[in-house]
Amino acid sequence: MLWIIFALMTAAAIFVVLWPLGRKSAVERGGSDLVVYQDQLEEIGRDRSAGLIGEAEAEAARVEVSRRLLAAADTKAMAKPPASNPALPLRRRRMAAVSALLVLPLVPLGLYLMLGSPNIPGQPAFARIKTPQGNESIDSLISQVEDHLAKNPNDGAGWEVIAPVYMRLGRFDDAAAAWRKALVLNGDTATRESNLGEALVGAANGIVTVEAKQRFERALALDPHEPKARYFIGLADEQDGNRDGAASKWRALLADAPAEAPWVSFVRQSLARVTGEPVPETSGPSAADMAAAANMSDQQRTAMIRGMVAKLSDQLHANGDDVEGWLRLVRAYVVLGDRDKAKDTAADARRALSSHPDELKRIDELVKDLGLEG
Amino acid sequence: MIPELGHYALMLAFGLALIQGTMPIVGTRTKDPVLMSVAAPVALAQFAFVAIAFLALAECYVASDFSVLNVFENSNSQMPLIYRLTSVWGNHEGSMMLWISILAFFGALVAAFGNNLPVVLKANALAVQGWIAAAFELFILMTSNPFLRIPDAPFEGRDLNPILQDPGLAFHPPMLYLGYVGFSIAFSFAIAALLEGRIDAAWARWVRPWVLVAWMCLTLGIAGGSYWSYYELGWGGFWFWDPVENASLMPWLAGTALLHSAVVMEKRAALKVWTILLAILTFSLSLMGTFLVRSGVLTSVHAFAVDPRRGIFILAILVLFIGGALSLYAWRAPLLKQGGLFAPISREGALVFNNLFLTSACATVLVGTLYPLALQALTGEKISVGPPFFDSTFGPLFVPLMLVMPFGPLMGWKRGDLLGAAQRLFAAAMLSAVAIAATFALVRGGPVLAPFGVGVAVFVMMGAATDIAERTMILRLPFRAAARRAIGLPRSAWGTAFAHFGIGVTLLGIIGVTAWGSERIAAIKPGQSLTISHYRVTFDGTFNRAGPNYQDIVGHFTVRRPNGQFVGVLEPSHRTFPARDMAVTEAALMSRGVSQIYVSLGDPNPDGSVAVRLYYKPHVLMIWLGAVFMFFGGGLSLSDRRLRIGAPRPAKTRAALQAAE
Repeated sequence: MLWIIFALMTAAAIFVVLWPLGRKSAVERGGSDLVVYQDQLEEIGRDRSAGLIGEAEAEAARVEVSRRLLAAADTKAMAKPPASNPALPLRRRRMAAVSALLVLPLVPLGLYLMLGSPNIPGQPAFARIKTPQGNESIDSLISQVEDHLAKNPNDGAGWEVIAPVYMRLGRFDDAAAAWRKALVLNGDTATRESNLGEALVGAANGIVTVEAKQRFERALALDPHEPKARYFIGLADEQDGNRDGAASKWRALLADAPAEAPWVSFVRQSLARVTGEPVPETSGPSAADMAAAANMSDQQRTAMIRGMVAKLSDQLHANGDDVEGWLRLVRAYVVLGDRDKAKDTAADARRALSSHPDELKRIDELVKDLGLEG
Repeated sequence: MIPELGHYALMLAFGLALIQGTMPIVGTRTKDPVLMSVAAPVALAQFAFVAIAFLALAECYVASDFSVLNVFENSNSQMPLIYRLTSVWGNHEGSMMLWISILAFFGALVAAFGNNLPVVLKANALAVQGWIAAAFELFILMTSNPFLRIPDAPFEGRDLNPILQDPGLAFHPPMLYLGYVGFSIAFSFAIAALLEGRIDAAWARWVRPWVLVAWMCLTLGIAGGSYWSYYELGWGGFWFWDPVENASLMPWLAGTALLHSAVVMEKRAALKVWTILLAILTFSLSLMGTFLVRSGVLTSVHAFAVDPRRGIFILAILVLFIGGALSLYAWRAPLLKQGGLFAPISREGALVFNNLFLTSACATVLVGTLYPLALQALTGEKISVGPPFFDSTFGPLFVPLMLVMPFGPLMGWKRGDLLGAAQRLFAAAMLSAVAIAATFALVRGGPVLAPFGVGVAVFVMMGAATDIAERTMILRLPFRAAARRAIGLPRSAWGTAFAHFGIGVTLLGIIGVTAWGSERIAAIKPGQSLTISHYRVTFDGTFNRAGPNYQDIVGHFTVRRPNGQFVGVLEPSHRTFPARDMAVTEAALMSRGVSQIYVSLGDPNPDGSVAVRLYYKPHVLMIWLGAVFMFFGGGLSLSDRRLRIGAPRPAKTRAALQAAE
């Protein structure tokens, strides 16, 4: 379709050039300076009769313009087109036609092959928003919620929806901001306070900062049984070097815990870390996974890894901003022994990151390190 | 698909421009009328394809197609429609697209309405237009391509620079470009005349309408830009002698000179060589303006991109066109025949005086703009040439120009009567003296010279009125007869009077605001007031307001007279754009007659007070009102039927003429 329209446009352009060339003689008749001078003469008469200039001045001007008129008429008479060999202009016109037939398709086509992107469809934002497809990425959902919140910044429920999503994506600063809004709009609760604290800890790379600690303390003031706040207060103790304090707080937390609580094993592991004792009875689910992997055959394991790699690749092709992801993917292909794929991936990464020179440099370095050039 | 269509249309336009630049020239060299006649349809087709490209880009912006890199970088789907549209030219690539669209538009106008032009002149001029178009289309495709794509379209764009999200931006760049690019027609005609080696009085008449259109648009564009910076940049200055502003002022000065010298050439066949040179220089200055703004040589609001590759490309275009044109001029100009003679005291003499001072003023601006750049390039030393330099060079050059201006239209061609003109201007001079005395008597403060400035402005305005009064004899004939004469007066005479009057109005505005403007800068808390001129402005407090893609902190001010009478409300704001993480101040203006009260909001202090800048700007609106007068005057001149020869004239006039002869 695109190429058909291109062809039609090109044909129209060629026609515009060939059409005047095909005429036997120029039908276009130009103006001449004679007209201008005649007009000037009339103007003098008009000005004179309106009394704008005196008779003497009018006469002088008339003489001057008449002189110009005669000179122009003389030049015109002399400049009669020379009666030359009629075959000569015909050959020239044919050459002109041929050059148009060459230049018009070739120049734009050459440029287009160099610069155009015929395979990328247009993607107007409104059309994309109005026709949601099943495979909408999480990014688009987030951006829709963000738009909604930008317009209705007082929608407390909205902030509460988006905050955990930010947490999961590792956007801790955004999460903290969202929890703060939720706190202001929806009121203080222990859960909200401790969620905000958790976001602050995430933003500080796992360190329980003074502000985060204050949040957890406020949460405990509202509800002394809030498990998240109790855990993090313990973590704060551990980070201050008070391992015993941490251990006693976590033991108390485990004692109050309902057996089926999902965080129990996690707290147990933390407790084991500070006390140096082995983790009692239950083993974490991640350990089970590892064990399962250890029991797999080599083939199964490779298949599992390939599945993970493919998933990463899909994610990156949907959203190419993640330079770490690209680096990991390129390395993964090299490890799997698929150097061609690794090269292709590096090329894709360059394209996706073309507007970020620093990140491009990292890709280039990796390519050099792995010997993928050429 | 739409962006790809636009991309290909631009490439086709480039191909057509190549043909437009060569085939007609071959035709004029070999005297082949058929080859010459290719020029017009190709110019029209070139315009059609450039227009398709431009509309395609505009459609991408309106529909927020973020698969186009340029749209992603400069737009945002949350912006109101008007800014999605204006952001087409709010960035480097898009503004170059606008540039060539206007170029092609002017070329198409010549092709479509240039039937009164000699075939050879038209073919050559369109060929030169073709070269310019080809050069800039290649520049766009190679270094500033707005149609480059992103394979995976992002969901949201990066937003337009907030400073540029303003109605002022909607109109001032297109106007400015219409002006810049309009002068390309004069340039093309000049080169065409040089190529042909023949130029006469008729040439001036063919070129004048184009120069006039370009000049009108440039006037309005400069005024619009000045008004925009006045209210958007938050401190109420209307002219900064910023290099970018100078870049637009220089073509205006040269273009004004060209406009006047073309009159001499048309009427007296004199100043031919000079007019050709001015035509070349005016467009060269426009090109240089583009180079200065676009190459990133200057760092300012207007330098959207800093990219050396672009700079070198534009520099090459500049060298090619300016160097080529001036070489051709040096080679061909001596062959041109000299025209009519005139006495120093005559209309021609006055216009030469005008040219002399305008070009000198233009040269001082050029020096003031380029000298710092040259110095920095050669020695690395950074200096800034600011208002003091321009005030002490540009000002003195303009004063004699203003004083002589009213004499020009009152003097006859060839030999003028200075004494007679002076007698007729006696009333204007008296009025000006009264204005000076009245200013001294009534206004306190301000520079001593300011009342004399008012006198000059009044003299210019009254001089323009005198011209009309003399021509219509309104003081000597009964009103009815005078009115008849007024209608019979050539519209260009009215145009001259209006444009000259406009200069006086602008001058009055500039003097008023610089001499008697006042400002107060203070940190005030809600409930406190500031007094400025004869108004009391009370700060009532701030509140928040959400816009489509920004958040406002709005200050609420009430303006009262000292006796407590309510005058109005001012709501300046501090506007934050989250998409770019940028903030701008939105000043609030209140017009009282032609004067304005101007408030802009600074950052809030921790103690609850807010920094406020409050200005009283007397007569400030007259600055831009004058430009509107000039534009209107240009329009009147343009509508004069003398500039539209070829159009059939009414039979009645012809009969009257025959009777008179």
